[in-house]
Amino acid sequence: MYRDKTTGASLVDAVHLAEVQGRSLWKDARQRFMRNKAAVAGLVALILITLFAFFGGLLARWSAEEIDWAMMGNVAQAGGPSIANGHYFGVDELGRDLYARTVQGTRISLLVGFVGAAIAVIVGTLYGAIAGYFGGRTDGIMMRIVDILMAIPFMFVLILMLVIFGRSILMLFIGIGLISWLDMSRIARGQTLTLKNKEFVEATIAIGVRPMTIILRHIVPNLLGLVIVYATLLVPTMIITESFISFLGLGVQEPATSLGALISAGAGQMQYGVIWQLVFPLFFFIVTLFAFFFVGDGLRDALDPKDR
Amino acid sequence: MFNFVLKRLAIAVPTILILIVLSFMLMFAAPGGPFNSERPLPPQVLANLEARYGLDQPYWKQMYDYVVNMVTRFDFGPSFQYRDRTVTDVIMQGFPVTLTYGFWSFVVAVIVGVSLGVVAAIKHNTWLDYLAVGISVGAQVLPNFVMAPILVLVFTLWLGWLPGGGWQGGQWQYLILPVIALSTSYMASIARITRSSMLEVLNAGFIRTARAKGLPTWRIILGHALKPAMLPVLSYLGPAFVLMITGSVVIDVYFSTGGIGQFFVNSAFSRDYAVIMGITILVGVLTIVFNLLVDVLYAWIDPKIRY
Repeated sequence: MYRDKTTGASLVDAVHLAEVQGRSLWKDARQRFMRNKAAVAGLVALILITLFAFFGGLLARWSAEEIDWAMMGNVAQAGGPSIANGHYFGVDELGRDLYARTVQGTRISLLVGFVGAAIAVIVGTLYGAIAGYFGGRTDGIMMRIVDILMAIPFMFVLILMLVIFGRSILMLFIGIGLISWLDMSRIARGQTLTLKNKEFVEATIAIGVRPMTIILRHIVPNLLGLVIVYATLLVPTMIITESFISFLGLGVQEPATSLGALISAGAGQMQYGVIWQLVFPLFFFIVTLFAFFFVGDGLRDALDPKDR
Repeated sequence: MFNFVLKRLAIAVPTILILIVLSFMLMFAAPGGPFNSERPLPPQVLANLEARYGLDQPYWKQMYDYVVNMVTRFDFGPSFQYRDRTVTDVIMQGFPVTLTYGFWSFVVAVIVGVSLGVVAAIKHNTWLDYLAVGISVGAQVLPNFVMAPILVLVFTLWLGWLPGGGWQGGQWQYLILPVIALSTSYMASIARITRSSMLEVLNAGFIRTARAKGLPTWRIILGHALKPAMLPVLSYLGPAFVLMITGSVVIDVYFSTGGIGQFFVNSAFSRDYAVIMGITILVGVLTIVFNLLVDVLYAWIDPKIRY
């Protein structure tokens, strides 16, 4: 940054001698993030899990829906994890390959998490930025609506919706999307309130930029740091919500599956000594959540200067 | 104070109404009626049934009757699934169970969570602190539907110490696992909030003064630091209570405790809209009332707070 300023030849020379390397905000943040070992480990774990969810199926020798008839009836004796017969994680109670199902479940859980977070980011940020920027009565009404929606027990309403409109992944996305943006809008609004009195916003108003353009081009980009942090922490919450509903048997429908549904099935079978049916989905579930929390924490330390 | 309570009530009442309208709208939007079955009923029978349940009335009238009956007689209408019982019967049967272990989970979460947080804050940056933080991070990624099977696996299947389900009128053996499973993640959150707010309070000037006067540490903590440090925790307790009631759905289903969640999920499977709606509205009203209480309590304890 300082290299561009020519405030005197001697100073420029001195600066050039020391060769000061300019650091952008994002580069600075990246360095802080990289120094946080837990966050980097979480990021590596996340990349591995994402690769597993989207390309793990290539290694599977069975499809997620195929029933291995040789296993059926004696799953407890023969259905354990084994490389030899191609069931790396064993089979489930019907003789379906648990490896393929875990890949599928992880993929659906990640998708739900990302879609929920994406809705939260888009809707919540815009809503909060608009409420905060316009202020006054608009702000009052918009935030009252958020207050009211937040007071509703959404888990119950979501289940009510799933029962009434039928259980489908689309419905789950809609339902989760309805809840997820509320917190984000509050965060975005709070940040917008401090941003809108800054000089650069004043300058844009002075040259006659329209309010919506100011919000989209000048306010929202400045919210990004905070929004990314909370979005990362939101993904695991969304995954937990989906798994919660699938655990109750009200979420994704067979033959599709999610980590919550797999954990539920494994938990129902564990007294028959088929512990692998619980352990493998549980492992991926817990590692995913841990990874997201660590990455989110690391991002918060890196991007949110207040907390350092 | 009075104005403040009034203002909060002015938000709470419309919220409850919106919840009821929302549930009704969802129900009216549902394809098919509750009496649509494989074999179509004779039109006269269907008409009689609909008259019995008030389904032949216009929507606004149904909604109005529902609210009036609910408020005046605590009557949520008849259940569609259990033809001889009302929704109120179902709720009265399940709710005491949910309340019992919900209450104990709440007590456990608060006591253990606060102690853990306070210890972590006092022993900041020692192994005790790291242990407490580790426990709370670990508990965060173990939501109740993960805790429940793990607990049953260890304590019922491997060790054989505790029963893995059932209720038996709420004997203590049957209470332990549901309470642990339900309280863990809230305990973790409470511990985390307590720790950070305690750390902040311990750096405050009045604590330094107390130390300078030579007060023993335990008196500083209990007499001076704890009360201001509890304020953020208190504001978490309202939502926590709600989440516990919601989370109890899993506990009810997994441990077959016969609480309200079990009826809720059963009704969800058998499309018994009346019960689902009754429970949704009841939990919603409880949520709103509880949040209101916490807010009022908060304003009473800390007069600086004004919304």
